[in-house]
Amino acid sequence: MLRFIVRRLLQLIPILLGLSVLLFAWLRALPGGPAQAALGERATPEDIARYNELFGLDEPIYVQYLRFLGRAVQLDFGTSARTGRAVTTEFLERMPGTVELTIFAMIFAIGVGIPLGYLAARKHGSWLDSTSVIGSLLGVAIPVFFLAYLLRLVFAVELGWLPGSGRQDVRMDATRITNFYVLDGLLTREWDAAWDAVLHLVLPAIALGTIPLAIIVRITRASVLDVVNEDYVRTANAKGLATATVRRRHIIRNALLPVSTTIGLQAGLLLSGAVLTETVFAFGGVGSAIYEAIFSRDFAVLQGFILLLAVVYVLINLLVDISYGLLDPRVRAR
Amino acid sequence: MTAFGDVRRRRIDELAARAGAVPEGEGGVSLTRSAFRRLRRNPVAIIGAVIVLVFLLVAAFAPLLAPRDPLAQTLLSQIRPGSIPGAQEGFPLGVDNLGRDLLSRLIMGSRQSLMIGVVSTVLGVVVGMALGVLAGGLGGWVDTVVMRFVDIVLSIPSLLMAISISVLLGQNQYALMIAIAVTQVPIFARLLRGSMLAQRNSDYALAATALGVKKGRIIFGHVLPNSLSPVIVQGTLSLATAIIEAAALSFLGLGDPDLARPEWGAMLANAQAFLSIRPELAVYPALCIIVVALGFTLLGESLREALDPKFRR
Amino acid sequence: MIPAEPVLEVEDLAVRFTRRGEQPTRAVDGVSFSVAPGETVGLVGESGCGKSVTSLAVMGLLPRRGVEVSGSVRFQGQELVGAPDSQLRRLRGADMAMVFQDPLSSLNPTVPIGTQVTEVLLEHRDMSKKEAVDEAAALLDKVGIPDPRRRLKEYPHQLSGGMRQRALIAMALACSPRLLIADEPTTALDVTIQAQILELLRELVVDTGTALVMITHDLGVVAGLCDRVHVMYAGKIIETADRHDLFARPRQPYTGGLLASVPRLDGGRGAPLTPIRGSARDTIPWAEGCAFAPRCDNAQDDCLTEVAGSTVSLEPDGPGRELRCRHPIQYPPSTGGATASGVLR
Repeated sequence: MLRFIVRRLLQLIPILLGLSVLLFAWLRALPGGPAQAALGERATPEDIARYNELFGLDEPIYVQYLRFLGRAVQLDFGTSARTGRAVTTEFLERMPGTVELTIFAMIFAIGVGIPLGYLAARKHGSWLDSTSVIGSLLGVAIPVFFLAYLLRLVFAVELGWLPGSGRQDVRMDATRITNFYVLDGLLTREWDAAWDAVLHLVLPAIALGTIPLAIIVRITRASVLDVVNEDYVRTANAKGLATATVRRRHIIRNALLPVSTTIGLQAGLLLSGAVLTETVFAFGGVGSAIYEAIFSRDFAVLQGFILLLAVVYVLINLLVDISYGLLDPRVRAR
Repeated sequence: MTAFGDVRRRRIDELAARAGAVPEGEGGVSLTRSAFRRLRRNPVAIIGAVIVLVFLLVAAFAPLLAPRDPLAQTLLSQIRPGSIPGAQEGFPLGVDNLGRDLLSRLIMGSRQSLMIGVVSTVLGVVVGMALGVLAGGLGGWVDTVVMRFVDIVLSIPSLLMAISISVLLGQNQYALMIAIAVTQVPIFARLLRGSMLAQRNSDYALAATALGVKKGRIIFGHVLPNSLSPVIVQGTLSLATAIIEAAALSFLGLGDPDLARPEWGAMLANAQAFLSIRPELAVYPALCIIVVALGFTLLGESLREALDPKFRR
Repeated sequence: MIPAEPVLEVEDLAVRFTRRGEQPTRAVDGVSFSVAPGETVGLVGESGCGKSVTSLAVMGLLPRRGVEVSGSVRFQGQELVGAPDSQLRRLRGADMAMVFQDPLSSLNPTVPIGTQVTEVLLEHRDMSKKEAVDEAAALLDKVGIPDPRRRLKEYPHQLSGGMRQRALIAMALACSPRLLIADEPTTALDVTIQAQILELLRELVVDTGTALVMITHDLGVVAGLCDRVHVMYAGKIIETADRHDLFARPRQPYTGGLLASVPRLDGGRGAPLTPIRGSARDTIPWAEGCAFAPRCDNAQDDCLTEVAGSTVSLEPDGPGRELRCRHPIQYPPSTGGATASGVLR
């Protein structure tokens, strides 16, 4: 198992190097180049020339790349043209919100998706089954941002049941420790602050979790239907095991294998969806930051955030692979 | 020894045929034809196909179907801050915030939306397949290089990738199509390579090699055609994703700024500002996107069922 | 000798598959047989003839939906057709057990062998976890798996094919069942392993007096193991005989064809093998006539119902034999079975 993890870690190196080349090239290829990116849209040609000289942009391209790489390794991605603050600092400040949002979205998607998919398969052909199949097809077809707006309009604006923007009521004046607002509330025992943060998460998490929910329902259903017909389930029944034992040990356990891979594969979708959802709910996480960066042409932030998110994404995939190895003895053997 | 009368023999043959027993295999029906047969019997496939067909027809005949000029601003006197006129005589779905007939815009918009979906998917399929054939066909270091590249592109979440490309290429419809296509390329490359590898190691390919058939002929004559079905399935499903992704890019302000070409994604993104005044402005284009995406998804899923032997129960 | 009370009596068993939107099909039709303790009965036929469906129907393992089972299955005097699921579960694994064809797919890939053995014991016998583990190790040892303690912790993919089948047999034997049904238990195995597994099953019958139903298409298995044989074709039993009688003087042309299509040492080199014409698809419904008629060399016009005016039925055919055929293979009364093979062709 340890060797498996080490091998997967080593495989990350070429991917991360490739990513850095790609994003380095991207910034170079932008109209105006990195100087514009750093100085913002209103930079004069003189400013740009001065900047190019100052940062060695007249040097050969590979020297520039190595320098970029050297800084990237130290997590230095320059400063935001809009706020003038270090890109990495901004990222670290905003990431906890996005992490909280994606965790809640996943809890929603898994917590509802697996039981629903399982029930649909158990009652194969019933109205519950057909409804969940149609629902899961619709869930994939709805544009995330439209769903987010709809939820916000109905439950926040019209009905007023839940907050519709931000991560916490500004009047809360909560103590910040980790920037995970829910966690901060729990750590400082400011229960009302924690609860308020949770309430702020509900609507965005549902919007963001809907696509993964639809996918998980479908995969769980299909997988349970597959497993029920497996020979080893017949064996288990032939052994006269109690129905509950057959379900738990022989059906659900095996049916969840493909579901767990699918859950891992949702990470990319969640990070993409977070950009849209956070924008609608003015959530202030990484996703909102990317929207703001697009809007204000803040290329340094875009470059840094995309690179860092890609690294996060790659690491999540690694974790998924490892956990799959833990679940399925056959993968471990390889 | 055959004491069987000819009349009786014929009668038995007839009975045997009625019992569904054809003497030789599946009667030499090709995979494609039997898949098509299964597809026609599947109501889900029919629904998907009808949806897709209807929208394609609407797009094809849009100028004839649209009751009004989708760009003409009308009813301007009725538009005030906080109020946009709804459905009325001559405007079955009402007008948008600039007084343009919503129905006509939806009908004309189908052209641009479907175009973006189709072009970007075709682009993604072609480039992805080329890479996949290179990797899966040649193997060796070519395979390693291509797949590493694909892995790198895949390591950026798709919307972020599309954002980067759009920002790079500027705001126009071609940038939008390329941006979406780029996110699809790695999927198709991986898919085709994987299914080609499986086919290359299959018994029939080994048998052909053993018979001395040339490598190129095996790959293009046998392996490639047999590897295509997952690509066809994914291609159909990707049409849905492409249309939704185009809407997302429009929403982020990276869409096609040319107002002369109405497009559902842009209409939907625009309408968000008026959601609490006239939600229909957003709901109709959203419905169009959802229904078309649903149509392609239904078609794709039933194609998968028809083509994948595992699903034939 | 007083014949022992049969463990299993199957009478007029029929299974119909009724799938929505499809013509219902009769997979098993009017099948009757019985098995006594210590006896081995073979159900023989080509794939698709209904022999596996028969065994699943006996065990009550067919899905409830889309399947109609009628007739009677009495196990130790209890009627199983229509019995509640809880009663079946109490019997299965404890009093009646089954060994399946493909040992790899019949074992749960994600659960260690040990758990898969102990779960039967814990379900049906009053045992602690530790006792169950000890018993499981003893069982694996009994079926000839070396180093059982280590094997208990392993997963199915870590075992060889023969070892997996032994493990499956160990699970089936865990609670010393009165009836064991083996559905093609050797088909997926190498020839040398096949012989070992058959030997294991034979010892078992001899040692414990378990009644064994052997489902197979392999006449070698029948020859080596079975006391009595039922040959099935298209869902019906077409010939029943003791092993010796069946091999010496097959009466149904189908049985004769099966025997003639297997190479025989006493047939001499170069003796032609005669396969049966056509395939199992070339059948007609039993209601219309003899299902085997389209492939049969002996077939006459009266094999069809519309000519003879009645369907072909299963009739007594000498001591201990039954036959469903209007034009069976004839043997000259004076000659013994060994030379009768000439008559077959």
